[in-house]
Amino acid sequence: MGLFVAQLLTGLANAAALFLVASGLSLIFGVTRIVNFAHGSLYMLGAYFGVMLMQSLPGAVGFWGSIVLSSLIVGAIGIIIEICVLRPVYRAPELFQLVATFGVILVIQDLTLMFWGAEDQLGPRAPGLKSVVRILGEPIPQYDLALIVITPFILLGLWWLISKTRVGILVRAATQDREMVGALGVNQSWLFTGVFFLGSALAGLGGAIQLPKGGADLLMDLNIISAVFVVVVIGGMGSIVGAFVASVLISVLNVFGVAYLPQSTLVLMYVVMAIVLLVRPYGLFGREEKAGEHGQAGEPDRPIRPAGVRGRLFAAALFLALALVPVFGSNFTQVLLTDILIFCLFAASLQFMLSTGGMVSFGHAAFFGGGAYAAALLVTYADSPMELAFLFAPLAAGLLAVVFGWFCIRLSGVYFAMLTLAFSQLVWSLVFQWYDVTGGDDGLVNIWPSAWLSGTTTYYYFTLIVGVGGIIFLRHLIHSPFGYSLRATRDSARQADATGINVTHVQWAAFATAGAMAGLAGGLFVFSKGSVFPNELEIEKSFDALIVVFLGGVKTLSGGVVGAAFMESVKDWLTRLEYWRLILGLLIIGVVIVAPAGIVGTLRGLSERLGLRWTGETTR
Amino acid sequence: MLEISALNSFYGKAHILNDLDFSINRGEVVALLGRNGAGKTTTMKSIMQLVHPKSGRVSFDGADITSLPSHKIARLGLGYVPEERRIFSDLTILENLEVGRQKARKDAPVWTVEALFELFPNLWERRNNRGKAMSGGEQQMLTIARTLMGNPKLLLLDEPSEGIAPVIVEQMAKTILRFKEEGLTVIISEQNLHFARIVADRAIILESGEKKFDGTFTDLENQPDIRDAYLSV
Ligand SMILES: Nc1ncnc2c1ncn2[C@@H]1O[C@H](COP(=O)(O)OP(=O)(O)OP(=O)(O)O)[C@@H](O)[C@H]1O
Ligand SMILES: [Mg+2]
Repeated sequence: MGLFVAQLLTGLANAAALFLVASGLSLIFGVTRIVNFAHGSLYMLGAYFGVMLMQSLPGAVGFWGSIVLSSLIVGAIGIIIEICVLRPVYRAPELFQLVATFGVILVIQDLTLMFWGAEDQLGPRAPGLKSVVRILGEPIPQYDLALIVITPFILLGLWWLISKTRVGILVRAATQDREMVGALGVNQSWLFTGVFFLGSALAGLGGAIQLPKGGADLLMDLNIISAVFVVVVIGGMGSIVGAFVASVLISVLNVFGVAYLPQSTLVLMYVVMAIVLLVRPYGLFGREEKAGEHGQAGEPDRPIRPAGVRGRLFAAALFLALALVPVFGSNFTQVLLTDILIFCLFAASLQFMLSTGGMVSFGHAAFFGGGAYAAALLVTYADSPMELAFLFAPLAAGLLAVVFGWFCIRLSGVYFAMLTLAFSQLVWSLVFQWYDVTGGDDGLVNIWPSAWLSGTTTYYYFTLIVGVGGIIFLRHLIHSPFGYSLRATRDSARQADATGINVTHVQWAAFATAGAMAGLAGGLFVFSKGSVFPNELEIEKSFDALIVVFLGGVKTLSGGVVGAAFMESVKDWLTRLEYWRLILGLLIIGVVIVAPAGIVGTLRGLSERLGLRWTGETTR
Repeated sequence: MLEISALNSFYGKAHILNDLDFSINRGEVVALLGRNGAGKTTTMKSIMQLVHPKSGRVSFDGADITSLPSHKIARLGLGYVPEERRIFSDLTILENLEVGRQKARKDAPVWTVEALFELFPNLWERRNNRGKAMSGGEQQMLTIARTLMGNPKLLLLDEPSEGIAPVIVEQMAKTILRFKEEGLTVIISEQNLHFARIVADRAIILESGEKKFDGTFTDLENQPDIRDAYLSV
């Protein structure tokens, strides 16, 4: 009994930081419709500022003052982000805003590294709350109790602000219909900036207030963000009370998970989320989203055409050049090109569902890593021949995508993205924690190709054929009747439905296809490296794919491939620089704001101005 | 008071408003008539910059408002009542009114929550209810009241009689006539010619985003061909 209560209390105390970050994210989303991926970064900044201030401000006043001050500083940083990065892209499609916030994550990571160094910072203990209290015989840290008392007051304060003040009324009105709020004379810019300040300050507060329990390190941004997503998805986007209930639920669940199911603490969280979404697709306290309720019609997309003669010749020449590389190129070049080709296929598979299908997945790594692990597991445990295991990769990833897709395609937009992210995290945590089977962090090793495929050059040719084959297959699919139906569901699910297209089936099939092709890339990957580790399933891997598709050009067909080739080639050089994340982050933000058409879109625009045509006749 | 010249608006590539010109004088009630899809709503949205016209000019009290953001236009004294009503359904009636609140203006009637509840007694009874469970008529009253909280000089009413019970339509007509007495200028978009004739001094008829008629209702009656061609009676 005592132990049970102690665990419950720990869970409640842990909920504090999670709630603060989640409520900030939720609030910002509610009004601006932007999912601020950089919210974890603001949390991290809150922690670093907190440590710094606590070191110079003494005593209890200094401690609590530091917390408040860090929160305000982070709020101010939020304002800078809002004005410099997000304001220029409020009218852009959702994906652009998300990618911009990825850029912010990278920038903040490196700035933090620059200012505070790579070493973890120990969180100072709270003056006057350093010891423990015995409750039913169990020692409970005083600070935990303090957090349990403080959090409901913060909730209450937020609730009052949202439900009783004019600002709160405007925020709620804007959550529903911000254009109408503007038409009634309310300056949306200020409302947005204000909400961003508040949301960021809450994240900063969360980071600072957890210091005595956790400290500050450079991984906390991404570590918290997936838990935060789970919380807002369970609680319902835009609901503060939902964020609170879900934070408590998840934190308590985690504590009990650690105690009773130590192998599956991480998995548990995602399982709960999946169950909640099955019963209530918009979360416990969320309200249904109606996409494009009062949106203004944008520019229509340019029609997609198969490559023309010039485009085909160019592609053929490129293929020939790649085929000749082993004759001239070094071993290193071939290894690099193998990596590039694999990444290109992975990116192309994401682009297929994203650009053609309009389904923005944040968890595509689940299928890449899933395919790689499927093959590796088969080799490790069944001693299966490489050929069989290799074919199993796309099959397993495709099956995984069929299952995940069944859940995901019921949602759209941000909810879809969140759910894909959560599912990929589910796979990751499963692999990471199921040590006995997957080897956890140690990965699976000794996964080599058969004799007839081994050797750098041979495997390079194998990758070239399979990779290019996969990409061509996807392109053909786009120009097939299936591709047309898919595009129709993207442009208007309702109209597609009216013309007799089974929207659910088409999207589901596209989801599965994209998953299978990512799995194929994963299969190529695992046999080229001879091993696979959980980081192939991480959020970063999914983000990488999104970023290259974006850099290449979302509204193009070859954007993913070109972006992946570009990124993988410069990465080798870029990552040698100390602050490469900063450079990449700024590049991403720059592209979002200045050249949202991406590399391919921009180049095409330029060359068309010079009178060159790359595509054939319009197909509709 | 309001002048529109050579206004062209698009949705994507679809050309909706075609070189539209008209002007409204202070104290007038003008009906914007036309069939479904004629461009009445687009005209109002273009005035409010909820649709950004490609070319042309809208000026209000002599000042060019074509490049202003919506909230500044509202603050100059243009009150927009959208056709779809766009009630904040998660907010109570009182909160909906609060969103519309703005400072009083010297040259326009000043409204208070109390005055509006007097004007629309139904709203008073339900003041703490959320906007969700309201009838069409009540929603229409709330939207008008919400916009009046901004103390506008010029009211843009988009099809106020659409989808509400005949009794309420009658009440609505009285209300609009009362606005006129108070000195409010009103543009009202309508398909209901009968209703328009009761409340308005002048009619402007649109068809495919072009102005086809601009004159009094007496003039309109003398030109039945226009009425038959552009209005569904
Ligand atoms: N969001 C939109 N996107 C594309 N076209 C639109 C959009 N809104 C309206 N249209 C088109 O613009 C034209 C003018 O529409 P508008 O709403 O201005 O007409 P209206 O006169 O208000 O009609 P109603 O009496 O039905 O309200 C119509 O052909 C309509 O189909
Ligand atoms: Mg209309």
